[in-house]
Amino acid sequence: MIKIINLSKGYGSQKVLSGLNLKILNRELVAVIGRSGGGKSVLLKHLIGIIKPDHGKVLIEGVDITSVSGRDLDRVREKFGVVFQEGALFDSYTVYENIAFPLKEKTRLGRDEIDERVTSALEDVGLKEMGNKYPAEISGGMKRRVALARALITEPSIVLFDEPTTGLDPIISSSIHKLIQKTHKKYKFAGVIISHEIPEIFDVADKVAMLYNGTIIEFGTPKEFRNSANPYVQQFISGSLEGPIEVL
Amino acid sequence: MTLIDMTVCVRGIGERFLSLLKELGHMFIFLVNAVYTIFRPPFKFRMLLRQIRFLGSKSIVVILLTGSFTGMVLALQIYYTLRKFGSEAMLGPAVALSIIRELGPVLSALMVTGRAGSALTAEIGIMRITEQIDALTSMALNPVRYLVTPNVVAALIAFPLLTSIFDLIGIYGGYFVGVKLLGLSSGTYFSQMELFVSMEDIRVGLYKSLSFGVIVSWVCCYKGYYTGYGAEGVSKATTSAVVMSSVLILIWDYFLGSVLISR
Repeated sequence: MIKIINLSKGYGSQKVLSGLNLKILNRELVAVIGRSGGGKSVLLKHLIGIIKPDHGKVLIEGVDITSVSGRDLDRVREKFGVVFQEGALFDSYTVYENIAFPLKEKTRLGRDEIDERVTSALEDVGLKEMGNKYPAEISGGMKRRVALARALITEPSIVLFDEPTTGLDPIISSSIHKLIQKTHKKYKFAGVIISHEIPEIFDVADKVAMLYNGTIIEFGTPKEFRNSANPYVQQFISGSLEGPIEVL
Repeated sequence: MTLIDMTVCVRGIGERFLSLLKELGHMFIFLVNAVYTIFRPPFKFRMLLRQIRFLGSKSIVVILLTGSFTGMVLALQIYYTLRKFGSEAMLGPAVALSIIRELGPVLSALMVTGRAGSALTAEIGIMRITEQIDALTSMALNPVRYLVTPNVVAALIAFPLLTSIFDLIGIYGGYFVGVKLLGLSSGTYFSQMELFVSMEDIRVGLYKSLSFGVIVSWVCCYKGYYTGYGAEGVSKATTSAVVMSSVLILIWDYFLGSVLISR
């Protein structure tokens, strides 16, 4: 379980997160939506301990990731898999090597077992024949699939997705969403998806949280979200220019 | 100038000084982290070999070119100066000492900074802005072990070797101009060199090249690791890495030279 308690972060005079609270249960897929530049990616980096907060706690299965360091921090991070915005694949490695990388570096598995698991992961994401390609040789959608395969290869209990479909066409976006659902069913991880894909993300996530002004202003199932009376939520999901959210 | 202007001025200088001090401290911690991971397993031998190839092997052509022409131009200039005193026989030691003690380590380091150091900063900088470094961190891996330590060790191995190649080719460049073009006898060129160049001179060059290796790999990796946002950030980091490395090489050369010459 992930429990975020009163999380605050600012850069200079700008407050990005301000007293944010959120609880994500095991095996639950939660989508975080909100305006661009609203602090969603900053929130995600707090979950993995890449950014330290000014105040507050982030409890990952009971351990506050904001207060541990060294080997203890590594132990918490080993529970995670992360799919970054553009995939963040290592340019100098092939698709196969990218997926095998966490296994080679973090486990003592033999070459045959690694090969078996990477081949299976490539099949899972529909890229069986692409193992020898370099990231520069594959499309944006394929990169996200590889990133997903790399994130899942160590079978983490929590997977974070930072805008996994940004910049992709609607059909590829849908296929990535389907893949997230399929892998979620198979691996049963707790997931946090940062997304702008509305309403598509409502079909993927178990719950949705809306981040506005540095805090979660609405949290519930997609159905509750659609029927929410909150004018901020309604304006955001309808994409209307009229409403309480200021348009710059 | 009013008192308020002076206060603003002093505050500005103070803030800049404090910010410089903070960056230096940050850089030092970064180096300590890189050195610390050198001695802690797992060791990344394949990465080390790749970086030796990148910093060392791929720099050989530029080192051969600069080394040969440096030796040639040095011989040409020194020969005409020595001729005024009737001491042409000292051409060999003069060329050899200048190259082994000073020009070899300094010019090799500057050339590697321009060829490989800038590429190193850009490569690590791009890894930073495309979140590849964050990806390593999220896998509970220390990015310094993968991106910095192999470069520092590779530079410690490659720099002295490149400097030796520079020295050798520079001395033969001087030989070509002094002996083949200007008519000095081959025996005089080398026998005098043997007489005046000591092991201590070679050690000075070696110490310098080792320290320049640390400076270049440290500064270039640091600038890439903490690059700014976007393409402009990487471009600024690359320029800054080359300028800072080059200036530090020259400053450190003077201080190290002063200490080693007084021994």
